[in-house]
Amino acid sequence: MKKARILIVDDSSVMRKIVERSLRQAGLEIVQVLEASNGAEALVVAQNNALDLILSDINMPVMDGLEFVRRLRNVENAKNVPVIMITTEAGESAVVQALSNGARGYIRKPFTPEQIKERIAPLLEE
Amino acid sequence: MNRDIGNPTAPQRVQIMLSARASGLDARGGNVSPKLKIVPPSGGWGSLLEMATREVFEIMLGTPLEPMADPEATRVTDMTAMIGLAGKLCGVLSICCSSATATRIAARMLGIESEEVTDSVRDALGEMCNMAAGNFKAKINGMADACMLSIPTVVSGRDYQIHSLAAGERFEVAVTLEGLPIWVVLDLHS
Repeated sequence: MKKARILIVDDSSVMRKIVERSLRQAGLEIVQVLEASNGAEALVVAQNNALDLILSDINMPVMDGLEFVRRLRNVENAKNVPVIMITTEAGESAVVQALSNGARGYIRKPFTPEQIKERIAPLLEE
Repeated sequence: MNRDIGNPTAPQRVQIMLSARASGLDARGGNVSPKLKIVPPSGGWGSLLEMATREVFEIMLGTPLEPMADPEATRVTDMTAMIGLAGKLCGVLSICCSSATATRIAARMLGIESEEVTDSVRDALGEMCNMAAGNFKAKINGMADACMLSIPTVVSGRDYQIHSLAAGERFEVAVTLEGLPIWVVLDLHS
């Protein structure tokens, strides 16, 4: 598995730290973790960094995760970066919309490091 | 209070069906039935609330909640996190505790000592409330898309009262985290 550069998008700084800790507890090899507090910030980070994976919340101010994923597909150097949604919103319509916008899957909060690894490891091996 | 829920490592799924009369709406903008009837789970909403809360605390903090020995004890709740539910299920879910308890929650979430917690207390309590509400509604079949959650709000201070306008039923779970009291309250619209 390659060492990954991962972007975590969540309006909660606590949740960003928890996701990062879970990634490390899961034993994933990480070269760098970048953070953004909403979709608009995340688009800027994605435009300026070579990312291997993005983990994004759905419900965020300024730009939510669904719109972020949709717009990410127009960012030339990031349009193929896999995105996993991490959210309390596990409703079918939100998931379907996230997937149709280009997300590769979702993880529902609360989550364990094992769940993070199970969902993410295969994407980092591609 | 259900005290036999155990120590789950992943959220349990329980099957709770909405009444056949609870139809015709979509929380994302569809029509809302004005006379909505929702069938409570067999153990009651309080039981489901407790299960959802215990799971979130155990998974995110790695520490089990214990039943409160004296739920009627004098409350010191100078922090309250609230999140609104709208759609088939309407109301407010709140987590009330002292600032010391909220600091302990933030510390456990972040894997640090309470003394190291700086500005993350409100954020942490709001996220716990958000996850408890999300886990609660996820346990009800058909509710995931039919009930929306608001952004969490956290109130802090020593002299405030929360007045829910739900005017319906109230369910309360009184627990402790490492001996520190926490009240989780669900006010449902009638």
